[in-house]
Amino acid sequence: MNVWLTLTVNSVALGGLLFLLSSGFSLIFGLMRIPNLTHGAFFMLGAYFGVTLLARGINFWLAALASAAAMALIGGLIERFLLRRLEGQVLPQVLLTLGFAFIIADVCLLLWTGDPWQPATPDHLRGAVQVAGLYFPLYRLVIVLVAVVIAIGLWLLVDWTRLGAMIRAGVDDAPIARVVGIKVSQLFTLVFALGAALAAFGGVMGAPYLSVYPGLDFEMLPLALIVVILGGVGSLLGALVGSFLIGFLYNFGTALIPDLAYVILFLPMLLILVLRPQGLFGKVPT
Amino acid sequence: VSRPRRASAAGVLLVAALVLLVTLPVWLSQHSYYVNVSSQILLWAVAALALNVLVGYAGLVSLGHAGLLAMTGYTAGLLLQAGYGHIVADLGAIVLTLAASAVFAVLALRSTGIGFLMITLALGQIVWGVAYRWASLTNGDNGVNVTSRPAPFGISLASPEAFYYATLLFFLLAVVSMWVFVRSPFGASVRGTRDQARRMTALGYNVWLVRFLAFLLSGFWSGIAGLLYVYYHQFIAPPVASLQASAEILLMVIAGGTATLLGPIAGAAIVVIIKNVVSAYIERWNLVLGLIFILIISFMPEGLVPGSVRLARAGRQWLRARTNGWAARPAGERRS
Repeated sequence: MNVWLTLTVNSVALGGLLFLLSSGFSLIFGLMRIPNLTHGAFFMLGAYFGVTLLARGINFWLAALASAAAMALIGGLIERFLLRRLEGQVLPQVLLTLGFAFIIADVCLLLWTGDPWQPATPDHLRGAVQVAGLYFPLYRLVIVLVAVVIAIGLWLLVDWTRLGAMIRAGVDDAPIARVVGIKVSQLFTLVFALGAALAAFGGVMGAPYLSVYPGLDFEMLPLALIVVILGGVGSLLGALVGSFLIGFLYNFGTALIPDLAYVILFLPMLLILVLRPQGLFGKVPT
Repeated sequence: VSRPRRASAAGVLLVAALVLLVTLPVWLSQHSYYVNVSSQILLWAVAALALNVLVGYAGLVSLGHAGLLAMTGYTAGLLLQAGYGHIVADLGAIVLTLAASAVFAVLALRSTGIGFLMITLALGQIVWGVAYRWASLTNGDNGVNVTSRPAPFGISLASPEAFYYATLLFFLLAVVSMWVFVRSPFGASVRGTRDQARRMTALGYNVWLVRFLAFLLSGFWSGIAGLLYVYYHQFIAPPVASLQASAEILLMVIAGGTATLLGPIAGAAIVVIIKNVVSAYIERWNLVLGLIFILIISFMPEGLVPGSVRLARAGRQWLRARTNGWAARPAGERRS
């Protein structure tokens, strides 16, 4: 396969993973007004849960779902019992999430050691598919497919259900949403749990591709941050576009200018901050 | 206690603290390890004091200050490695850091609050990215070695004691500079932009410029801390620029108490001591760091220095109320 095509496929696959990571980050940020600095740790812990289950011979999709469920529970508990105590105090909340990120990172190092874990790609997702005379690795396509399905699911949830309408109301104006009887603090817990679950699911999906190792958390967190600054806080479409943009930039940057690839990732973010601080699809706060 | 008496008590304490700091190597003459730990505390205190200008007085929380500190250390180290002298390397490093602080400030001050925090975090990550990935420039993961410490006026700083005194000198300069800053009209205007940005604008202050200058002051002292760091360890590697390092400096400021002169110093002492003690026994420093973060934010959000004062006062009042209440009751009821 052509080098450029390989790079493109890898870019799209990484974009899909980044969407799983950053869509939750963006929703949490939009609703609760805090960047959840534990998000990278959720991704990594979810991935570790996943590889542990896979090592026990559990089905790949079951492992991913179980890991997502476990992380939803952990995320929900953190929100309900710790972040809630500091409601309205944005800065302490952010620092609390940072504290959790360090704790989770260290516990992971303790439990899963410093060696990288790379589960084998599940049997039924191995190999390549032939499209228009070109061969594509199946697993990368599956990642993209899953990301697209989840993107559609999230869009349906946010734009077409009663719950989604309540979330949107909370994002737009939390005090007024409270006045009309929406229990915004319950939404906080729910969205935080959902975001954690998505990150964990992404972590398991990414494990056969990225592998899981200490430091993965703080590698992914800035990426989520960039994606959301690019796309606009609270915007799913923004998270989708931003994810694929960063996916391409990362893969092509690494291939063409390996020394500066990481730095290049931040350039569009800086450009956006200067030219359009609310992000590509963000709303201007009123 | 009347005001002059309290002031003179503070003066006595200050002199006592100074005497203690100056004579410290004499007390610890047999233990160069503790002299080194003291140097570490002082150099991190400079970094924490620098960050406190933004976090405490300007109300702008930066999570990228380790990037500035590391940038100075790396620049000095690389210039030394390239064969330049100490004066050129150090001045070059400080000038570059001031320029970088200006760029950081222009970008980060597009926003305040959480936006500021996120932008500084991203900027810090860029520095980390350069240090870690741009291996042809920064030697990547292997870091940069600095073979010798400078010898100003022919005084060698090679021994732990000599380096301690050099660090102490810069620490005291930093404290004096902060003391002057807080009491100056500039310091007052920085606090004004923190508390009432709109009113400051209405009063004719250029809020952006005030914040920008505060950022430069903070960047300058972060750079000095970076120089002290690179000469203390004679080595610098990417972890110094990491988010974790930025978080540690922020923890020092918050743990000790923001917007106080003593807080960041106490915070630096606590964090450095715990880090040294904990790493001597277990490898779980990150776990401890995270737990301290959560405990302090949840239970003592104002920091240990103001927090302990508050707790002590509350405790004393509680005691007094108890004893008074007990004494005031009729004798017959006292038996229980």
